Amino acid sequence: MVHVPAALQALVLVLAALLATAVVLSRNTLRQIVVNGMYGLLLVIVFLVLQAPDVALSMLVVSTVAYPLIVLAAISRSRNGKLTDRDREE
Amino acid sequence: MSDRHVVRGMIALPVLAGLGVLLFWGLSGLPPFGNYHGQYGHLINTIALPQRHTTNAVTAVVFDYRGFDTLGEEFILFAAVIGVVMLLREESSEGRSRPDEVTSDQLRLIGALAVGAIFVVGLWLIAFGFVTPGGGFQGGVVIAGAVLLVYLTQGHRPWRRFATEHALDPFEGLGVGTYVAVGLGAAIAGAPFLHNFLGPGKAGTLVSGGSMPFLNWGTAIEVAAANLVLYTEFLQHYLEPLGPKERG
Repeated sequence: MVHVPAALQALVLVLAALLATAVVLSRNTLRQIVVNGMYGLLLVIVFLVLQAPDVALSMLVVSTVAYPLIVLAAISRSRNGKLTDRDREE
Repeated sequence: MSDRHVVRGMIALPVLAGLGVLLFWGLSGLPPFGNYHGQYGHLINTIALPQRHTTNAVTAVVFDYRGFDTLGEEFILFAAVIGVVMLLREESSEGRSRPDEVTSDQLRLIGALAVGAIFVVGLWLIAFGFVTPGGGFQGGVVIAGAVLLVYLTQGHRPWRRFATEHALDPFEGLGVGTYVAVGLGAAIAGAPFLHNFLGPGKAGTLVSGGSMPFLNWGTAIEVAAANLVLYTEFLQHYLEPLGPKERG
């Protein structure tokens, strides 16, 4: 087993907590989807640091490609196919 | 601060405090960080390689020791996608497509290269899923992502050429069907359903894990098709605005 420094584990966990907060605090829908994708990407690194490559691989595509697309399309659908001005601007 | 904010705060704060206490209570009972106490995990790590000749113990759990659970998960995905399709699929697609041609040559070129590269990575993740990290689920999602890149970088028209219900639906059935067929194959051979009845093969090669490779490819086909069906359905509605009737 590869030894991973505890400091690195702590760093990625703290970053995950910060980005998760950023997702919640984003008020703009489009920006929130992008920030959520970045948060997912960071979780991939968390899984990698904790030596769970199988989970990291699953998370990689789901969180950065599949989930943002589905959320974006679902929001667009629920608003009659168009994003409002509030979604585009701050 | 308006009254509404005060009322919200009065409801939210006690609930959050209660949840916080529960969370802290639960977390304080966990074993120390990095100290894994699960007997099952240690057992699998010890026996997976000698028993099944798979160097990826995770895949051995997913497609062998807990293969029946994965069968259930396959059908959860299958049923979930059917549900989405029934909710979203319309009889006709009369809505006008939005112009979404990709005009940048650079994007088209880099996109085309990326599609090929990611597709190959997906195939590799599936094929070597029981040797190195990866497997049918991961590889299937990557394949679906590669095909989605066709839409993102090449435009709507090339995507619609193969991302249609007629092209994708058979693959979904084929994926789940393969899984069940391998399980029934074991039963026909006189072993319990889904028993790993093929020889374990040589560890570290593509011929290892017995019937795992077949379950693996079945899962990959199912997952890739299910994801693509979802993308197709959602994108169809994203691209084609609702007709006047539905706007209500």
